[in-house]
Amino acid sequence: MAETKNMIVNMGPQHPATHGVLRVVLELDGEIVVKATPHLGHLHRGLEKLAETKTYHQALTLTDRMDYTGALINNLGYCLAVEKLLDIEDRIPERATVLRVLLCELQRIAGHLLWLATHALDMGAMTVLFYAFRERETVIDLLEDVTGARLTPSFVRVGGLAQDAPPVFFEKARRFVQDFPSKMAEYERLLTDNRIWRERTEGIGILSREDCIQYALTGPVLRAAGVEWDLRKKQPYCGYETYDFEIPTGTKGDVFERYLVRLEEMRQSLRIVEQALDRVPDGPVMADEAVVSPPPKEEVYEDIGQLIRHFKWMSAGFPVPEGDVYVGVEATKGELGYYLVSDGSEKPYRFRVRPPCFVNLQALEDMIVGRMVADVIAVIGSLDIVLGEIDR
Amino acid sequence: MLDFVIESVIKVVVVFAVLMLFVAYTTWIERKVLGRIQVRHGPNRVGPFGLLQPIADGLKGFFKEDIIPSNTDRLLYALAPALSIIPALLVVAVIPFGDQFTLFGRTITMRITDINVGLLYILGLAGLGEYGVMLGGWASNNRYGLLGSLRTAAQMISYELALGITLISVIMVSGSLSLVEIVEAQAGLWNVFKPILWVPFILYIICGLAEINRTPFDMPEAESELACGFNIEYSSMKFAMFFMAEYAHAISLAALITCLFLGGWNLPFVATPGFLKLPVFLAKVFALVFFFVWERGTFPRLRYDQIMRFGWKVLMPIALANIVVVGLYYTVIA
Repeated sequence: MAETKNMIVNMGPQHPATHGVLRVVLELDGEIVVKATPHLGHLHRGLEKLAETKTYHQALTLTDRMDYTGALINNLGYCLAVEKLLDIEDRIPERATVLRVLLCELQRIAGHLLWLATHALDMGAMTVLFYAFRERETVIDLLEDVTGARLTPSFVRVGGLAQDAPPVFFEKARRFVQDFPSKMAEYERLLTDNRIWRERTEGIGILSREDCIQYALTGPVLRAAGVEWDLRKKQPYCGYETYDFEIPTGTKGDVFERYLVRLEEMRQSLRIVEQALDRVPDGPVMADEAVVSPPPKEEVYEDIGQLIRHFKWMSAGFPVPEGDVYVGVEATKGELGYYLVSDGSEKPYRFRVRPPCFVNLQALEDMIVGRMVADVIAVIGSLDIVLGEIDR
Repeated sequence: MLDFVIESVIKVVVVFAVLMLFVAYTTWIERKVLGRIQVRHGPNRVGPFGLLQPIADGLKGFFKEDIIPSNTDRLLYALAPALSIIPALLVVAVIPFGDQFTLFGRTITMRITDINVGLLYILGLAGLGEYGVMLGGWASNNRYGLLGSLRTAAQMISYELALGITLISVIMVSGSLSLVEIVEAQAGLWNVFKPILWVPFILYIICGLAEINRTPFDMPEAESELACGFNIEYSSMKFAMFFMAEYAHAISLAALITCLFLGGWNLPFVATPGFLKLPVFLAKVFALVFFFVWERGTFPRLRYDQIMRFGWKVLMPIALANIVVVGLYYTVIA
């Protein structure tokens, strides 16, 4: 009898369904996965090291480029960390805090919509892609109205926000809050009760509660396994404890429940957006701290003193007291943590990120060994990875 | 004899030309209809409503570089696209588009030929069509291609069985293997409206979709898993031939379903005037093509083992039971 040998398939880095440049080396017995080894680093840009050469203000733009589907949340986490180092957390104006929450939740909806679109496309349901992108476009337009950018806004600043939101944004956001539930129903009609969708997702890529905790997974993947863990509730920041929302959880922890959890998270985010819209107070959006905030543009043009301060602030940056700090925020994919060490200068001594996707990706092999190639795609999709964040 | 040959050649040329035109414009229909479903426009730059798009695509196919990867089996690699498209075109030879008309004192039938074992001929060709896809994936020496062709082999063979068995009930009711006679037997009442025959109709559509690799059965080329599967290494006209073969298969499947279940050129319940027969036939074919596009815009893709399970554990038993039930019903009633 001829000797049989398993086939090695190199899935990625150029593959339509590995969501970027993830490379998974699959050992296949027929179509059954025997071994799966993820290879990382194709998108490594050395952001963490690079940040050490930038001032605290400049390093902000690097955070956008990690999880580019949730850039504002990345900004927020970083700014919260720097603010904690500066010890100005309670001097952030109320309007800025509420707007931060509002924008971050819109960003979360956009991020989840992108996930839904690509996940459905991976499973062959291509129409959902276009529907989800249609709504994502609305959200991105909303964010653009405020931040001026669509993908990498760098809008949340140390001490507040870069600008105030224009009145038109609030109108449009309210309209979106009204329209969006019917659009969600549309996705559900196409997928949730679809026999084929359920066959493809139910019971696939199961991770138990214990496994999730062992791997330190966070985000929807953890919640689908039944662990009620959301930093917005458990370690509230930006006043999340004052908003009324729930943490959706699952019980089985399969691909289908991750899908349900994310859909429900969009609804909860919408609730937060609605509440935030109702309570946006008037006032400034930047802390009145001479140290962290650049002088207002009008004064820069008029006043020589402010002009000098502007140049000083923009070129040298602002010093941050010595110390180290870890701040975690609930990003779209899980806990996004920033560990900053300051030596008292204007540049971070150490800039370290705890990316949720990188941690979540560990569980990949556990979930796909013994399953078929098509399930690999389903599982990768359900992890919702962004390579910009995994490789940094 | 000579005039028969001339008549046949003319018919073959005309049918081939029209068929290829339909194939080209089926891609346009697919893109336009999918565009409508998916809140976008579809092709609208080349010509009015993008009507020249298929021609532009064809031209582009010719001008693209034909890349043959190293370490391929060159003969099979070149043969596979042809093997894929030829059976799809040959099927049309036995499809009756209409009745007959008189031109210059000659009675001309609206079909290339009517062989008395037409259905067997079609089943034979359908079996042949798989080789193109199978060999294409195999010969291109690519692992994704190989996986694609393995899937094809398994999927098509299992669905072919159910497909063939489904046909038996139609043959029993019509009492003939000739497509012309099957169509004529449906004058007044289409097969699909006859008792129980809606079951084989649905079975046939499902098996047919699997046979032509359309969503939700588009395993061999599942683009998100196998990055295009069997045709991954093909470029230029060789790729275009696979592409055309897919649409030619879709059209011939639509034509077959029309003949077998939807009464061919017959209008429902009333006699069809001669000049309406061809339009009626084409309308049905394109309604089915529209259906194929529609379901593609709706369904996700099944997994390979689920497709196999569905084929063997659901479709096969139903198809077998269908024969018994149809046989019993029609003998007892008759």
